[in-house]
Amino acid sequence: MMNLSYSSLTHLLSRYGSIVMLTVLVVLMSFTSKEFLTVHNLTNVVRQVSVFAIIGTGMTFVIITAGIDLSVGSLLALTSCVAMTVIDSAAGMDYVGILVGLVIGALAGAANGVVIARFKVPPFIATLAGLTVFRGASLVVTNGLPIIKLEGSFRFIGSGMIWGIPVPVIIMIIVVVVMQIVLSRTAFGAYVYAVGGNEEAARLSGIKVGWVKFWSYVLCGFLAGLSGMILMARLSSAQPAVGEGFELDAIAAVVLGGTSLMGGRGAVWSTLIGALVIGILNNGMNLMGVHTHYQLVAKGFLIVLAVLLDDYLKKRR
Amino acid sequence: MSNSTSKRCNSLDPSSEGTLVHPGKGLQESNSRSQLELNHISKAFPGVQALNDVSFDVRGGEVHALIGENGAGKSTLLKILSGAHQADSGTIVINGRETFIEDPRAARQKGIAIIYQELTLVPWLSAAHNLYLGRESQFGRGILPLKQMNAMAREELEKIGIHLDPAVPVAELGVAEQQMVEIARALCENAQFLLMDEPTASLTDREIEILFEKILALKKAGVAVVYISHRLEEIHRIADRVTVLRDGAVVHTGAVSEVTMSELISKMVGRPMSNHFPPRTPAKGTEILRVEPPAGASRSRPVIVHKGEVVGLAGLVGSGRTEWAWRVIGAAPSKGERVFVDGQPVHITTPSKARELGIGMVPENRKDHGLVLMRTVRENVSMTILDRLVNWCGFINMTGQNQSCNYYVNRLGIRCSSDLVECTTLSGGNQQKVVLAKWLVRDCPVIILDEPTRGIDVGTKFDMYTLINELSQGGKGIVLISSDLPELISMSDRIYVMHNGDFVAELDSRKTSQEEVMHFAFGYFNRT
Repeated sequence: MMNLSYSSLTHLLSRYGSIVMLTVLVVLMSFTSKEFLTVHNLTNVVRQVSVFAIIGTGMTFVIITAGIDLSVGSLLALTSCVAMTVIDSAAGMDYVGILVGLVIGALAGAANGVVIARFKVPPFIATLAGLTVFRGASLVVTNGLPIIKLEGSFRFIGSGMIWGIPVPVIIMIIVVVVMQIVLSRTAFGAYVYAVGGNEEAARLSGIKVGWVKFWSYVLCGFLAGLSGMILMARLSSAQPAVGEGFELDAIAAVVLGGTSLMGGRGAVWSTLIGALVIGILNNGMNLMGVHTHYQLVAKGFLIVLAVLLDDYLKKRR
Repeated sequence: MSNSTSKRCNSLDPSSEGTLVHPGKGLQESNSRSQLELNHISKAFPGVQALNDVSFDVRGGEVHALIGENGAGKSTLLKILSGAHQADSGTIVINGRETFIEDPRAARQKGIAIIYQELTLVPWLSAAHNLYLGRESQFGRGILPLKQMNAMAREELEKIGIHLDPAVPVAELGVAEQQMVEIARALCENAQFLLMDEPTASLTDREIEILFEKILALKKAGVAVVYISHRLEEIHRIADRVTVLRDGAVVHTGAVSEVTMSELISKMVGRPMSNHFPPRTPAKGTEILRVEPPAGASRSRPVIVHKGEVVGLAGLVGSGRTEWAWRVIGAAPSKGERVFVDGQPVHITTPSKARELGIGMVPENRKDHGLVLMRTVRENVSMTILDRLVNWCGFINMTGQNQSCNYYVNRLGIRCSSDLVECTTLSGGNQQKVVLAKWLVRDCPVIILDEPTRGIDVGTKFDMYTLINELSQGGKGIVLISSDLPELISMSDRIYVMHNGDFVAELDSRKTSQEEVMHFAFGYFNRT
C-alpha cells in the first residue's frame, strides 16, 4: 500500500506494536490449538473480523479527525432492520433493500456530521444521541421483533463465496484497500489528517474543516450500513438488538492498530490488524474453551497491554 | 506529468505579477516592487494603548529587525499584519496600494507570511503534503501523484537549500527543519513579506547558522523580511535596518550599522518610573530558600531568599524564569538544581512536596494554571489546605473552610458578592488575588509570584504591591518574577537577572538601573 520506502518503514515501525501482537497471538494459538491453523477456522475468523474491520475503517477516518462515532452499533441495527423490511415487502426486492440500507447508513452519518460540523456539538455527545436514536428507530421499524428470512438472493453478500473466499472478506479487502488509498493518496485524506493534527493550520490553509468532518461521518455511517447488510445477510435476519457494543469493538480495533484518539495520525490497514488481533483472540479463547465472561476480562487487559506496548516501541524508536 | 512544470508553485512563474522571485531569477524587478508600509497605526485594548502612531516599512531585499522590551507592542504589530487584529487608525500600504487585512487568509493572499514561534504544520503529514496543503488541486483531482508531489516538494526545498526527504512526516523532523518547511511553504504561496517572530528561540547554534544562511539567500532573492528577536547579536549579523518600539511607539528607526548594541538597549528601556509604589522597609532575616544551579552551569549564580525579603527575577520573555520556578516547586523535571530550605538540602519532585516544605507559587497564567475557573472562590482558596481541613473520615470541616476563606477574601479585598460565586465571574485582578489567597491560607514561608500584576488594573496593582510589602514584613520570603522593570526595581530588594536559562547577575535594586538590568538580560556582561 505504501510506495515509498521511507514512509513504509517508519509506518511499519510505529505500528510495530499491533503487528508484534498479531504475530505473537498467531504463533501462540497455532501451538495451543490444532484446529486454529485450519483453512476452515481461519476463514471463519476472517469472516467474523470483516464486519468489525469495515466499521473500524469508517471509525478510523472519524478518529483521525479527532472525533468519535458511538452510533455505529445502533446504526448497523437500523440499516439492517429497514433493509430487511424492504426485502420482506415483496419478491425481488433484495438488492433494492440493500441499497436502501446503504443510503440510510450514509444519511444517518450525514445527520451526525451536520450536528457535529455545523452545530459544533462535541462528537461524543452527538453520536451518543445517535446511538439512542438509531436503536430506538430500529425498534420502531421492527416493532421490537426480529425479521427472519431464510431464503433470498440477498444472503449472497453474507454467506456467498467467490473462488472459495467468503464474500464479506472480499468486501472487506476492497473497503480497506480503497479507503487506505483515499486516506494516504488523495487530498481528502490529507485534509482528514490536517483537521485532526492541527485544526487551526488546516483552517488557515483554506481547508473547509466542517466539510472534512461532515464527510468523515457520512463515510463512517455508510460503512456501518455496509456491515449491517453483511451481518443481516449472514444471519438471514434483522434484529433490532443486533450490534450492541460494536462501537466499542470498532474503537478498540482502531486503537489497537495504533491510531491516536487525539487525532492526526493513524491508518486504515493498521485498523485491520487491530480487528484481526481481536478476532483471533476471541476465536482462540473459544477454541480453548474459555468462558465468555473471562473472554471479556481478557480482552480488556489485552487492549491496555497493546497500547502500552505500542507506546513503549514508539518511545524507543 | 508533462504540464506539471508550468503548474508548480506560482512563485516560479516569472511572468506572474508581483511574485517572489527565487535566486537568480528577475532580481531587479522584485527589488523595486515589493514594499510594505504601515502608516500611523494605532491600536488600543481596554486599559492599554498597545500601539501609538506607529509607522514602519520594509522593502524587498531587506531584513528589517523589530525590537523592544516585553510588552512594547511587537506582537500587536505582528497581529495587525497577520490580520488577527485590525488597527484602530492608520493605513497599511502594500506595493503602493492601500489595503485592508481583514483576516489571516487575506494576509496570505496579499503575500504576507508569518513564521510563528509555534509552528503551524500538520504533524503526521509528510513535508510534501504540508507544503501543498489546501492547494492540492494543482495536481488534478482524485488520487494524488505522490511521486510527482514529492519530487516537486524536494525541488522547492532544495531551492532554499534544504535537503530532506519530503515523504517524511514533519513530526519526525527537527525543529529547524520544520521551520524550513514552513518557510518553503510561505515562499511557495507567493510570499513577498516574511515576518519571523523569534525564529531562533528553539534552535541550536548550528541550526541558527543554517537559518541565517537561508534568510540571507531570501534577502538576495528579493524577499522582504521582518525579523523580531530578543537576541541583539543576531540583529547585528543579519538585519539591515532596525526599529525600536517602546510602550507602543517607535523610538528609533535606522541602519543597524549606525547604532551600537548599547545604544539600542538604552532606547528600549527607560519606561518612566511614574507608577507609584508603596515604600518598602527591608527586613532581611535568615536564609529560607537557596537554589544552587546544576553542576554544569558555571555561569549561573545561586538564588538565595531570606526571610522578609523580596527577590526579583528579571529576564526577557523566554529566558527561562518561569521554567526555573516550575522546576523549583517540582512541577517540571529538575535539571539538577540543588535546593535548600532553611539550610537543609531537600529533594522536591512534585508540587505537593514543595507545598509540604512551605513553597507556594502563583503561576503566570492564572486561568490555566492558577484557578479552577468554574468552581467557587471558597473552593479555590481552600484547595491548598483541604488536607488540613478534613477530619479522620475525610469530611471537610465546613466552618473552618468558611472562616479561613472569608478571612483572606476580606484581607485581600477580593471583590465578589460572596465567596460562593464562580471564579469566572471575577475580574482579572480579583482572580489574581484568589490565586494568591490560596497560598496565603496555607501560610507558606516562601511564595513565588510569576508576573503577578500582568493584565490587572492600576488600583489592584497597588493593592498587590502593598500586600507584597506586608507579607515580606511579616517574615515571608517573596520571589517576584516580573517583566515590568520599574515594578521589579521598586518592589525588590535584590534582583537576579536571567539570560538563556542562567542567572548571570545579582544586583542591588537600590543601586541598579533599568538599563543595567536590560544589559544583563540581553547577555551583555562587560558593558563599557
